[in-house]
Amino acid sequence: MESVFFVILAVVTVFSALMVILQKNPMTSVLFLILAFFSTAALYVLLSAPFLAAVQIIVYAGAIMVLFLFVIMLLNLNRIKEEGSPLLKALGMMVAGMLLVIAAVVIRSTVIPSDSGFVAGTEPGFGSVEAIGRSLFTTYLLPFEIASFLLLAAIIGAVVLAKKKL
Amino acid sequence: MNLTPILTPLILGAGAIVVLLADLLAGKGNKTVAQVVALAVIVFAGIATVAVWGRGGPAFYGQVSGDGFASFFNLIFLLVAFLVVLTSPSYLKRSGSNYGEYYVLLLLAVLGMTFMASGTDLLIIFLGLETMSISLYVLVGFHKQRPRSNEAALKYLLLGAFFTGFLLYGIALVYGSTGSTNLEAIADYVKAASTPLGGYMGIGLALLLIGLIFKIAIVPFHFWSPDVYDGAPTPVTAFMSTAVKAAAFAAAMRIFYHPAMTLGIPWDKALWVLAVLTITVGNLAALSQSSIKRMLAYSSITHAGYLLVGFIARNELGASGMLYYLFSYGFMNVGAFTIAYLVNRRGDGSYSLSDYAQLGARNPVLALLMSIFMLSLTGIPPLAGFFGKFYVFSAAVQAGYVWLVIIGVLNSVISVFYYLRVMVIMYMREAEDLKDLERVPSVGFAALVCGLAIVLLGLFSGSLLEVARNSILTIL
Repeated sequence: MESVFFVILAVVTVFSALMVILQKNPMTSVLFLILAFFSTAALYVLLSAPFLAAVQIIVYAGAIMVLFLFVIMLLNLNRIKEEGSPLLKALGMMVAGMLLVIAAVVIRSTVIPSDSGFVAGTEPGFGSVEAIGRSLFTTYLLPFEIASFLLLAAIIGAVVLAKKKL
Repeated sequence: MNLTPILTPLILGAGAIVVLLADLLAGKGNKTVAQVVALAVIVFAGIATVAVWGRGGPAFYGQVSGDGFASFFNLIFLLVAFLVVLTSPSYLKRSGSNYGEYYVLLLLAVLGMTFMASGTDLLIIFLGLETMSISLYVLVGFHKQRPRSNEAALKYLLLGAFFTGFLLYGIALVYGSTGSTNLEAIADYVKAASTPLGGYMGIGLALLLIGLIFKIAIVPFHFWSPDVYDGAPTPVTAFMSTAVKAAAFAAAMRIFYHPAMTLGIPWDKALWVLAVLTITVGNLAALSQSSIKRMLAYSSITHAGYLLVGFIARNELGASGMLYYLFSYGFMNVGAFTIAYLVNRRGDGSYSLSDYAQLGARNPVLALLMSIFMLSLTGIPPLAGFFGKFYVFSAAVQAGYVWLVIIGVLNSVISVFYYLRVMVIMYMREAEDLKDLERVPSVGFAALVCGLAIVLLGLFSGSLLEVARNSILTIL
């Protein structure tokens, strides 16, 4: 049952991600991006990480996408005209194809060892808000605090750059 | 809770907030308060760094380590930051963007760097790098009225964000193959694994390395650096070309000097090619520059290449030589940028080499200091620049990379041309119009400190190398 859901969601995610870059109209691209975010959130639910799924929808599908839509509407972008020489296009395709081959070789050659450091989310309460909060304030306290300084720098920077006169 | 390993960043973080408040209380127009408080914070953090030198072992679940390695790099960052803060106000006043937030962002950037040097967990290193980068994106664009500064900031932001993606993807792949982001845990897993780790780990480490060497501006990831260095406010350029490179090298040494991180992948061959490319491309481009700022930008690419030679050697002398090199290089480059800024005070941002005509007669002290910086960057004994190069090159010979050293030395010979050209112009070329240089005591003082430091570090190179040697024991 789970693998059926996974296949459906994976196909939707990959398809919408592809459409984001294949669509010429930026508006359609953004709508497909939202679809990609939603299906990724559903994949998180399958991995028994409901909190992560909720955050994914609130932060990405909610806040960031609204920002995207606003910018696109404000800028009033038109359809992008075809540009770039065919030589450049061919070169790009060649590089991308080579990367694909390399990635395929790597994936095929990789044996995930059975004694891999991962354990599936077996313990009760895995992925819950409580478990995440607990690890955030014990094991990951220091990264959490550094992130707050990172955000402080970002806020100050935004104010400095955006305001005409401080 | 053991706070000793994070004492320096703790002071810097609290200090940044104090500077922010002090600037607010001082009122508009009075930015000297912010500068003085920032200087006091840096001095205080420096004293704290020296006081707990190397005595803060692993802490926070092994995520940071306040060993001698971290202390040594903290001292480099703080010294560079001190000199940069000292020289900044006159530039900021001239550019019409004299805001106290400049010092706050600078302190936060240094905070990020201290975590890059002391982090023993990929997560901490990543967060440190991001804190540093976000502050730098803003600092590069701080001269808002100058279009080149805006362009530089945007360029740096876009490319920086792109390469952050590389770094994060690398961390994700390493985490995916080993199940941990902690360097010790990764090492334990690699040692204990029954089957050899596959390509994911290799690609992960490669992406990790690319993310880091982007910040150092190693060819072929260097294209941003001349434009950004040219567009950024000169004190920020001095900061970026020294402290940022040191921080990225610190993180790279922490991760890749770990015995478990070899995995039988021929890193040295790929890095060998990159080092040769970096040294040569930087050198050849610097030859044809007519702006001193761009010349110094390309020269800093070359120096990153020399440092990479020490990195490849991967032995005790190489690591301690790199520490010595980065320490003395901070003084050389900050000093050179300071003089570049003093001489080109007209504010047109051209930084033309012809401004140096007759500097030897107009201002002998300044010309002498500039000569010291240029000679030291060239690597003329007994100045500090010579010993830095000497240590990394002899380490590479020890490790068997003779051809790499031969190419490096040949390039050093080429570099004599563009460094000594500045001196030739200063002492021998006739000047058409003799403009008087404005005297800025604090900037002159900073240049003097740099000049003295280079001479002293050269004379007592053995003692600093000894300190560096004791500092690297924990990472090799």
